[in-house]
Amino acid sequence: MKLGRRGWLLGAALLLALPLLTDLGLGRSWVRLLDFALLYTMLALGLNIVVGYAGLLDLGYVAFYAVGAYLYAILASPQFALHWPLWALLPVGALVAASVGALLGAPTLGLRGDYLAIVTMGFGEIIRIFMRNLTPLTGGPAGIDGIDALAVGSFSFADTHRLLGWSLPGLYSYYFLFLALTALIVLMSRRLEDSRIGRAWAAIREDEVAARSMGLNTRNLKLLAFSMGATFGGISGVLFAGFQGFVSPESFTMGESVMILCMVVLGGMGHIYGVILGALLLAILPEAFRPLAQLQQSALGQVWLDPANLRMLLFAIALVAVMVLRPEGLWPSPVRRRELHTPRGGEPGPGDDGDSDDEGADGELPAAAGGATP
Amino acid sequence: MDIFLQQLVNGLVQGSIYALVALGYTMVYGIIELVNFAHGEVVMVGALVSLSVIQRLADRGLSGWGVIAAGILVSIPACMALGFAIERVAYRPLRRAPRLAPLISAIGVSIALQQLAALIWGRNFLHYPEVVARTPFHLGGAVITEVQLVILATAALLMAGLWFLVQRTRLGRAMRATAQNPAVAGLMGVDVDRIIATTFLIGSALAAVAGTLVGTYYNVGNHTMGFLLGMKAFTAAVLGGIGNLQGAMLGGLLLGVIENLGAGYLGNLTGGVIGSNYSDVLSFLMLVAVLVLRPSGLLGERSAEKV
Repeated sequence: MKLGRRGWLLGAALLLALPLLTDLGLGRSWVRLLDFALLYTMLALGLNIVVGYAGLLDLGYVAFYAVGAYLYAILASPQFALHWPLWALLPVGALVAASVGALLGAPTLGLRGDYLAIVTMGFGEIIRIFMRNLTPLTGGPAGIDGIDALAVGSFSFADTHRLLGWSLPGLYSYYFLFLALTALIVLMSRRLEDSRIGRAWAAIREDEVAARSMGLNTRNLKLLAFSMGATFGGISGVLFAGFQGFVSPESFTMGESVMILCMVVLGGMGHIYGVILGALLLAILPEAFRPLAQLQQSALGQVWLDPANLRMLLFAIALVAVMVLRPEGLWPSPVRRRELHTPRGGEPGPGDDGDSDDEGADGELPAAAGGATP
Repeated sequence: MDIFLQQLVNGLVQGSIYALVALGYTMVYGIIELVNFAHGEVVMVGALVSLSVIQRLADRGLSGWGVIAAGILVSIPACMALGFAIERVAYRPLRRAPRLAPLISAIGVSIALQQLAALIWGRNFLHYPEVVARTPFHLGGAVITEVQLVILATAALLMAGLWFLVQRTRLGRAMRATAQNPAVAGLMGVDVDRIIATTFLIGSALAAVAGTLVGTYYNVGNHTMGFLLGMKAFTAAVLGGIGNLQGAMLGGLLLGVIENLGAGYLGNLTGGVIGSNYSDVLSFLMLVAVLVLRPSGLLGERSAEKV
């Protein structure tokens, strides 16, 4: 993206004024939605490191989000009368999530990617069993309430502040905090992408065997990507708990994991701006579905199609459709687009791994073999 | 000792259902090296379709087993059509794509089926009408019901049939050849596309039966029932050695027994700290343990990844 200096300034000004514009144009509840959209953007950028950069499928990403959220909820709430400050809990949350990621990734990352996918999916469910049943620690199905708001020193983000004669509601402060952190994660992602590690991840993603024979320690590199993704998940979780004020197992379902995956895939795996687009789109979309229930209620006298079901159904269909029709996503990086749309003569493409070579061959065979089959 | 024998019986029954589902995972994996995440959902659809049939026929004065058989007979073609469509729409176009693509597509199909089922059958737990009497038989201290016996017999019959199909028929030979090397199988005149589609059809038919059996056994059905069942069946397939048919059968039975013994003793062993509501955790830990200690499974061969 080549933006002039003026373009950058304009964009920055727009981002800073966005909560005010939204507030005036659409109402206060949309500012809250904006805050959540930024949280989801952070999550999606974290998952993008795992899925987009290193090509590993994590189907239980929300588990790390849950780890961060519950950590903050337990250590900064009346639950155990502990009130740790945010600056202590952010690194602790990041560290714990990273350790859980490493623990989970270590046994599976030496094996084929399919195993990681299924183990992460299982873990996403298992952690919910713990959240629901370890009642003394996690509050069981009801969760933990009355969590401390995010605060730095005496500055609480939830309070209304006065700034140059303007009154600044808490939702605005959260917006600026999340915006700053999102910007930080974008910056880190960009630096990672072009670093030695990022290049190594790309090599592993495209052809693991070739990467290994070039002397890369693929297992450790994959573990690094997986843990780093978990770290961002943990940090987002800490922020989420403080922002929302309560946590319960219902916030961390398989559906959430799929939604975050959908943000990454739909936007464009491995492309930061595509992922941001995907995250914003899918975070705002549920709001667009809400009137659907009222519409049915008034037109048919009954809600036939539950909007929540319909939304998940569309996400799921989008995952399949994107993979089949447009694997690079809505807004891919130029490199990815070229990789996936090279002329046929260039086979095998860089995205093909060893196995698809022989499978590639049998794609052409049945026509010839058709006559010989009984 | 009585508890042990009873949990062994329960475990074998549950395990034979796992085995039927695990066969679906392992056959598809053996042939196209894809974990078919949607397989658990096919089982769920099978269970709910036959539930609808059984509900319709329940109070007509028909024999209980006849009603269940009718349920199975309707759900088999439904699931086969579903499995065929899934392969055609979501997997076949991606056979040459990078490995991540079919996996993402698979999870998409899985969630889509869950949500569709929720739209069709609702989100509540549905109850199977009790059409067969739960006559208990006593077996040296343990109790086994008629339902359990029928489940064991059905599963055994189906597995024997599958073994015959794969080892003794022309189709089975083509399947084994495709699993070994699709390109060469194609050169030998095997219609690879058709064999892959057939594999999905067989797996889905088994899933339909398994779904109906699970529903009749536990008396409940729901759009989320396929998830954990699929997870456990996959664990069973990995435990036995993924891609290996006998392995899936062995793994299924073993997992069922371990899980039931665990549920029976976990509370006593840990002094009530960890109760039977953690038995799902147990099977997940099994999966991780197998992957750490012996990723090729009990009967699988240790094979280097093909380049």
